[in-house]
Amino acid sequence: MTKEQIEHVRNNPKYQKLVKERSRFAWTLSIIMLVVYYAFILTIAFDPSILGTKMGDGVMTIGIPIGIMIIIIAFALTGIYVKRANGEFDELSRQVKEELKDIAS
Amino acid sequence: MKKLFVWMTLLFGVMAMASGTIDGEVQKQPLNVSAIVMFLVFVSGTLGITYWAAKRTKTAKDFYTAGGGITGLQNGMAIAGDYMSAASFLGISGLVYLAGYDGLIYSIGFLVGWPVILFLVSERLRNLGKYTFADVAAYRLKQTPIRTLAALGSIATVILYLIAQMVGAGKLIQLLFGLPYEVAVILVGALMILYVTFGGMLATTWVQIIKAVLLLSGATFMALAVMSHFGFSLSEMFTAAVKAHPKHEAIMAPGGLVSDPVSAISLGIALMFGTAGLPHILMRFFTVADAKEARKSVFYATGFIGYFYILTFIIGFGAIIMVLNNPEYIDHAKEMVNGMAPILGGKNMAAIHLSHAVGGNFFLGFISAVAFATILAVVSGLTLAGASAISHDLYANVFRRGRVDEMQEMKVSKIATVVLGIVAIILGIAFEKQNIAFVVGLAFAIAASANFPVLFLSMFWSKLTTRGAVIGGSLGLATAVLLVILGPIVWVQILGNTEAIFPYKYPALFSVTVAFIAIWFFSITDNGEDAKREREAFEAQDIRSQTGIGAEGAVSH
Repeated sequence: MTKEQIEHVRNNPKYQKLVKERSRFAWTLSIIMLVVYYAFILTIAFDPSILGTKMGDGVMTIGIPIGIMIIIIAFALTGIYVKRANGEFDELSRQVKEELKDIAS
Repeated sequence: MKKLFVWMTLLFGVMAMASGTIDGEVQKQPLNVSAIVMFLVFVSGTLGITYWAAKRTKTAKDFYTAGGGITGLQNGMAIAGDYMSAASFLGISGLVYLAGYDGLIYSIGFLVGWPVILFLVSERLRNLGKYTFADVAAYRLKQTPIRTLAALGSIATVILYLIAQMVGAGKLIQLLFGLPYEVAVILVGALMILYVTFGGMLATTWVQIIKAVLLLSGATFMALAVMSHFGFSLSEMFTAAVKAHPKHEAIMAPGGLVSDPVSAISLGIALMFGTAGLPHILMRFFTVADAKEARKSVFYATGFIGYFYILTFIIGFGAIIMVLNNPEYIDHAKEMVNGMAPILGGKNMAAIHLSHAVGGNFFLGFISAVAFATILAVVSGLTLAGASAISHDLYANVFRRGRVDEMQEMKVSKIATVVLGIVAIILGIAFEKQNIAFVVGLAFAIAASANFPVLFLSMFWSKLTTRGAVIGGSLGLATAVLLVILGPIVWVQILGNTEAIFPYKYPALFSVTVAFIAIWFFSITDNGEDAKREREAFEAQDIRSQTGIGAEGAVSH
């Protein structure tokens, strides 16, 4: 890329919007995943009996649905990210490239 | 104290197994004919694919990345095939069988790295790189030192992982097929060399996809068979398992897998950042056409891997009910351990015995063949990543400074594949009777402490310089290796000292911190002309990583 092209992309409000929003979105989801996982693993390290709490009369403990939920949350978060990134963000990115072409020609 | 030790041993054993090892003595089993027939079908099928792929593998891009034309779904399946090793199937279901809930804790640790890879790594990697992750790390830094470091990190990770896979393969095949250990190791090595040298990434990808489909269908069938015994009621299944297991209700709650906060955090960091630093996983992102497909790959991979872990949990509980107290599967030569009679071949055979319990000899043969196929798929991916580091990073870019023609580079990577295959066979045989419980832990630690920090900061931190990356990455690597040697597994169990100098099994918390701090410090204090240029080059790199402008994108087909 030439200096002018870099300058152009950098000053393109669409590019600024793309970078700002995607980065906020990606970090938010990452932090959600980290918080969920570390809350789980630190509960196990500090007080594992919490996850052994019984549900109802049977042998079922809350640890089992919580564990399965974390697996589902991990998958759901990837789905949420891919949906927005492959739609909204890719569209913005396409426009940025399109406008760069206009400059180049 | 004694209990803690037992747990630590178990934990590390599983850590190793979860990614590739079957430890301890195994006795040879009688020849299993249905398993061998199904395995031969798999081998001839995959060799057919290799022949087909060989005709389509003409350029370096074909060889390293299957021409970049793999779809997101296919790549997601292949990533899952790369990540779900035979031993993560057998090791995690074995841990569930032995301890119940703790197996789930393990699976979760292996899964949660994937969303983070998606959010922060995958698309930037795709937009910046060509064949290896070193392409990205060295994008605006000096090629020679950065590629050398990245290649060393890759080769170390690959070799350690290969040792674990080869030893696990030898023992598993010895047990399942009744073949001698050396024959099994040589067979795995030879097939892997064939797949990779002739079929490159295209053949490797399809071997991984087929294996993933087989493994997922086999595991689904087993889980459904278990559930159908209980009218598809989870609570009835758990009730029966609690009754059958000598630990009773303790299997429904955490049992001591993670005992102190430092180990908990350190293990989490090793699994999360380690996954994001495994060269054979990172390389898969270059096989798709663009960032969109790269993202889809992780979405599908996370779904398949998560689903697989839920299945292994049900399979482990199924084994508690159907294998644990079944005299047919008990090793009568051994004594009871914690109220449990050991099963034939050890606890990692729980899923294998369950396959016999639910589907007879025929299904046992199927699952055994799948386990073998699984090992082949994982070692092929590893070898290809190792060979690429040698040919693309060390030979083409460091040794020849980029002045090399494609055919020459491809020839070198094929030679490298053969050499790596032979090295893997030799190490597999040499390590047969060694305690290799530390190798996968070490591979993850190196990936997390050397590969990941350099890769991550090269994409996210404008002030990174070559000096910072090289010093910090090397210190991370050295710290990881040193702390594993001084830790409880190598220092106490292998070298026979009484007390570990470094008390934790997982060095990642410390070695990753060392890497990040050193990279930061030696970058910000670097004020040379080169450092200035490298910082200025960040903006162009960042625009490309954010938008894919100028990326290697075109599908060549």
